[in-house]
Amino acid sequence: MTLADHLPLLSIAIPAVAAPFTLLLMRRHPGWAIGIAFVSCAAMLGCALAMLAQAGDGIIQVYALGGWPAPFGIVLVADRLSAIMLTLAATLALIALLHAVVTGADRKGWHFHPLFQFQLMGLNGAFLTGDLFNLFVFFEVLLIASYGLLLHGQGPARLKAGVQYVVVNLVGSSLFLIALGLLYALTGTLNMADMGLRVAALAAEDQGLVRIAALLLASVFAIKAAVVPLHLWLPRTYDVATPAVAALFAIMTKVGVYSLIRVVPQVFGEGAGAAAWAPAPYLLPAALVTAAVGFAGVFVARTLSEQAAYAIIGSTGTLLIAVAGWQEATLSAALYYLVHSTIAGAALFLVSDIVARRRAGFTDNCSPGPDFADRQGLGLIFMAAAIAVTGLPPLSGFIGKLLILTSVTEIANWGWSWGVILVTTLIGVIGFARAGSAIFWKAAETESKTATATFARTDMAPVIIALALLAALSAGAGWATAYAEAAAAQVLDPAIAARAVLGENGQ
Amino acid sequence: MTYEFLVASAIGVLVAGGIYLALRARTFQVVLGLTLFSYAVNLFLFASGRLVLNRPPIWDKAVTEYTDPLPQALVLTAIVITFGMTAFVVILALRSFLETGSDHVDGDNVPCDGDDGEAGRGE
Repeated sequence: MTLADHLPLLSIAIPAVAAPFTLLLMRRHPGWAIGIAFVSCAAMLGCALAMLAQAGDGIIQVYALGGWPAPFGIVLVADRLSAIMLTLAATLALIALLHAVVTGADRKGWHFHPLFQFQLMGLNGAFLTGDLFNLFVFFEVLLIASYGLLLHGQGPARLKAGVQYVVVNLVGSSLFLIALGLLYALTGTLNMADMGLRVAALAAEDQGLVRIAALLLASVFAIKAAVVPLHLWLPRTYDVATPAVAALFAIMTKVGVYSLIRVVPQVFGEGAGAAAWAPAPYLLPAALVTAAVGFAGVFVARTLSEQAAYAIIGSTGTLLIAVAGWQEATLSAALYYLVHSTIAGAALFLVSDIVARRRAGFTDNCSPGPDFADRQGLGLIFMAAAIAVTGLPPLSGFIGKLLILTSVTEIANWGWSWGVILVTTLIGVIGFARAGSAIFWKAAETESKTATATFARTDMAPVIIALALLAALSAGAGWATAYAEAAAAQVLDPAIAARAVLGENGQ
Repeated sequence: MTYEFLVASAIGVLVAGGIYLALRARTFQVVLGLTLFSYAVNLFLFASGRLVLNRPPIWDKAVTEYTDPLPQALVLTAIVITFGMTAFVVILALRSFLETGSDHVDGDNVPCDGDDGEAGRGE
């Protein structure tokens, strides 16, 4: 076996090995620990890019852990969708890590770097696994790390939000296990590809139970994705988290969306009888309300970080409007918008932190304060981030929303989708304009003659990198959408994955 | 039939109690509720391989009927994870109470009433 055959395992093993070293070195040699964290993230990005290239040819790489063949052993499956998500996670991790190191946020407690690495291990594992129980296990790995990261920096506000976040996710995990138990009892397998074949062959009297399992599983993923009405845990949590952590958390809601995209067509697709597309009828209304609630939250939020948290909810809603179509065109638009909205949401959290650092007592409150360092430059960066999140040209959000709008015309009730997407965009634009004018323009009116403290401008680098990536995503939209279309086609045809995972038995 | 009924109703009662407690306002009751709920989930997972009495889970020349070994492995994983999480949430709830002076899950400093007893005596 060559190194290329081990790529899926490497994505999980690299952070797992790096984490204890960062833990050991942080106290005495923080420089080394930070170096290891960066090398680990860069290596993960390298693995992800290699898999992106490999999967681009339509190859589904199946890695049987311990050499046990599916469906008896546990397999890692790297297809186009996994490769996209892995690349996104590694890129976002590098940006968030850079911000944390530059602003010194990683030294507000001892365990930032190990937790960060374990979080990435959980994310990578969730994106790669082809086994439903392992999806649960990797969910737990990333959640446990996220509990620690959320509390990083401590303080009563974080503890309060932490209790709610942990309790909600514990309930979610329990529901996940119930759904898993039901599915195992009915099908006798946990391998997703195998389960898809067996659900299709189930007796009529078991159809009702499969339907229940499908809906339970979908609600668990909806909790992770913060879909209304299961979104109440998100705003407070993301608002109080250390901004670099919140930027990484931008991908956590996308894990829920990813799981929906992965599991629903594979297990509860066309052939699943009464359970076929069971969550689909509920998804579109929920997505519409989620988009509306999210951008309404942007409109009324009092701080930039709160605004960013609601923007995450809103963009997840917009994303799910497209996912709910369950067609190749809508799903490929969704994948493009998923990549865009994750990076854009993260950029907004980073901007809120940079502003808060410079405004001392006023932090990132959306209220006029005294003049602060780099006001004009930051104003431009904030505007670019806001443009990206709301989906105005020239950044990739515009292309993403345009793709979604054109693709949903194929499905019923598309008028609702159009109305909600367009109106929420307008509300978002007004909300961000209001916050921006209060912070960056009205500041000048109360200008004091005292010299503003100068800040090293290095902390702007991560945001600028994120915005540059969005511009690149916009410039390379042709290539990106072609890849997303191929990925969507691969996901929507469960037979392809079944053949790859199960060999000739999967016919 | 009787075993199934016994296990199913036990799981049902545990879930009902767990959900009721998890919806309470104070962290201690919520933690107890989560514990009951996860207990029920573990039993449910265990039963997902069907209830079989006095059969070995691994291969044996002498027997022809087995019990399903996989749910036992799954439930072991689930128990380890929920045990760790329960320990974590207890410490988190305690820490949150000590720092904020309130043990209400919504985190707001609700003025204590007569029933609050010792717990209402925040910093």
